[in-house]
Amino acid sequence: MSVDQPSPRPGSGSTPATADHRLPGNRRLFMKLAVVAVAMFGFGYAMVPFYNAICRATGLRDIDRPDRIVNTQVDATRSVRIEFDTNLRNMPWKFRALQESTDVHPGAVTQVLFEVVNESDHAVTGQAIPSYGPQFAGQYFHKLDCFCFKRQTLAPGETRKMPVVFVVDPKLPQQVSTITLSYTFFEVEGNGNG
Amino acid sequence: MSSITQPIGGHEHAHDDHAHHPTGIMRWVTTTNHKDIGTLYLWFSFTMFIVGGCMAFVIRAELFEPGLQIVTPEFFNEMTTLHGLIMIFGALMPGAVGFANWMIPMQIGAPDMAFARMNNWSFWLLPPAALMLLISLFVPGGAAGGGWTLYPPLTIEQGMGMDLTIFAIHIMGASSIMGSINIITTILNLRAPGMTLMKMPLFCWTWLITAYLLIAVMPVLAGAVTMLLTDRHFGTSFFNAAGGGDPILFQHVFWFFGHPEVYIIILPAFGIISEIIPTFSRKPLFGYASMVYAVAAIAILSFMVWAHHMFTTGLPTAGILFYMYATMLIAVPTGVKVFNWLATMWKGSISLEAPMMFALGFLFLFVIGGFTGLVLGIVPLDVALHDTYYVVAHFHYVMVAGTLFAFFGGVYYWLPKWTGHMYDESLAKWHFWLSFILFNVTFFPMHFLGLAGMPRRVPDYPQQFADWNMVSSIGAFGFGLSQLVFLYAVIKCIRGGKPAPAKPWDGATSLEWTLPSPAPYHSFETPPVVR
Repeated sequence: MSVDQPSPRPGSGSTPATADHRLPGNRRLFMKLAVVAVAMFGFGYAMVPFYNAICRATGLRDIDRPDRIVNTQVDATRSVRIEFDTNLRNMPWKFRALQESTDVHPGAVTQVLFEVVNESDHAVTGQAIPSYGPQFAGQYFHKLDCFCFKRQTLAPGETRKMPVVFVVDPKLPQQVSTITLSYTFFEVEGNGNG
Repeated sequence: MSSITQPIGGHEHAHDDHAHHPTGIMRWVTTTNHKDIGTLYLWFSFTMFIVGGCMAFVIRAELFEPGLQIVTPEFFNEMTTLHGLIMIFGALMPGAVGFANWMIPMQIGAPDMAFARMNNWSFWLLPPAALMLLISLFVPGGAAGGGWTLYPPLTIEQGMGMDLTIFAIHIMGASSIMGSINIITTILNLRAPGMTLMKMPLFCWTWLITAYLLIAVMPVLAGAVTMLLTDRHFGTSFFNAAGGGDPILFQHVFWFFGHPEVYIIILPAFGIISEIIPTFSRKPLFGYASMVYAVAAIAILSFMVWAHHMFTTGLPTAGILFYMYATMLIAVPTGVKVFNWLATMWKGSISLEAPMMFALGFLFLFVIGGFTGLVLGIVPLDVALHDTYYVVAHFHYVMVAGTLFAFFGGVYYWLPKWTGHMYDESLAKWHFWLSFILFNVTFFPMHFLGLAGMPRRVPDYPQQFADWNMVSSIGAFGFGLSQLVFLYAVIKCIRGGKPAPAKPWDGATSLEWTLPSPAPYHSFETPPVVR
């Protein structure tokens, strides 16, 4: 590119080149870009429902829905020990499994019981979140029914026995002989407590 | 781009040399001049660089030996968090905006930025925000200590230092967005007649695209930290698992901002390097158009790769594969840029003044950082290397040896234009060699530490990591201290030195070199005509 001696701006039609925010072109562009910025702030929030929808669609967070079981064949040649673990997070409840562990054949439908007691003097709503050890065993542990599928609201002093019905997938790798199923109850605040 | 055939003197601006502006501190508080504001940004950036550097000193002092000697683990975590936040939002980003303020109007033949008063406001938002980050060290519970990425649930449970951090990010984000709107409007509306977009210096191009990235992602970060804030204090449950939220969601929102942010930091550096290498090779930039398209491609791809920061969170395999391949794809436009720089130097008449030395240092070390980035983009390796010192080594090669070295090169390149004096070449060479060698002493061993499994953000480590950590700490102390050479060289250049001609670099071609040195307070009030 070459530069001439600067000359006054050639007449109309050329790019405006003064630093004046009152120039309509500058103001229009400012408004457009400001709208983009505000829209992107909204986009950040739009990612929340979008994320939840993706998780639903891909089954990534199906912890509150029964698993679908197809064509289970009981594998009586091996048995897997299922151990149970119960935790409360800052809740005035007592929570225990009515059996410490159980031995199951992969493919066999099994029911176990858990018990919660609300030791406080007011109604409390909780939500249980399961986790598995070893972690990858979770995908082989199919729950047909579980108290963790919905929130549990307990009246003051109420005791509740709750079932979990499950099937261990026969495709569970051979080296896994023990699965620990752990539940943690979290208090759901501001919902259903009154 | 061809050369300027008829350099113009500054005589038409002579009457502007005695600028009418307040003196003393009020000059800087009330200024709407793009050169003043650029200077403010650059000094702010350097100050924050020193502050963040002091935090790095604390980190490296604690890691000098195994065991806990100097600080508590909590304070160590606050140091790593604030070091990251201050270096990114306080040093690197304002530094880039400082270059933009100084150089973009002069490179496109505009008299000033489009919104001069908003420009003042964008800068003066930054010191209060930085102050809030520093004050957070002294509030009950201390500063944010969950890492600069602010992952919940840790950041939902921390004390009020976290709230100060959130507000500081809000303010800095507002400043960035205003600065970006200003830069885009300046570039699109204020170019001199004849300065078509495809004639613009590449520095303006990289900043135009960076500004668009900033407008697109800074609001998303603002949204993410606002969600954190409402989760903390107003009973929402975006990220709170107990209320039905999901902490992983934060990582998605954060990295949707965070990955383009990486390119926001490196693209202006690409621009500076694309100015320096042609000048000191005395050849036009090889493949100008492909350079522009490569920057645009990098910017677009940067929106599609964020989950490669989250390979260990349990994404579905299809997602992991998509993000892995998209990440690999970014190496293509980046490779285009690197090869174009090399081709620019090919058979050029290269001279090795300090800006060129820093550009070559950038090229060499940035490519190393790019390759370790590719290594980390490969899922099975990333699962092993995630959150180890290998990652720390990778991003310091890209951000320190990449962006910071480019900034050093840019400062030496344009100091004659800014101050009217030539800088002390031997001091600058000392600065380069000390920085180059000590940078590698500091960060190269971190590759070994990471490969051996040392996790980041932990104040203590087992014996087997002791030797390389000691080497790394010694390098870090030296690297930090050698920046004082830079400070001295800059002050010496401002105070005096050999008077600089209008075009001290014979290979330079862009418009700013048609102005006298130092550049007059008001330049291009009558736009030049570019043919």
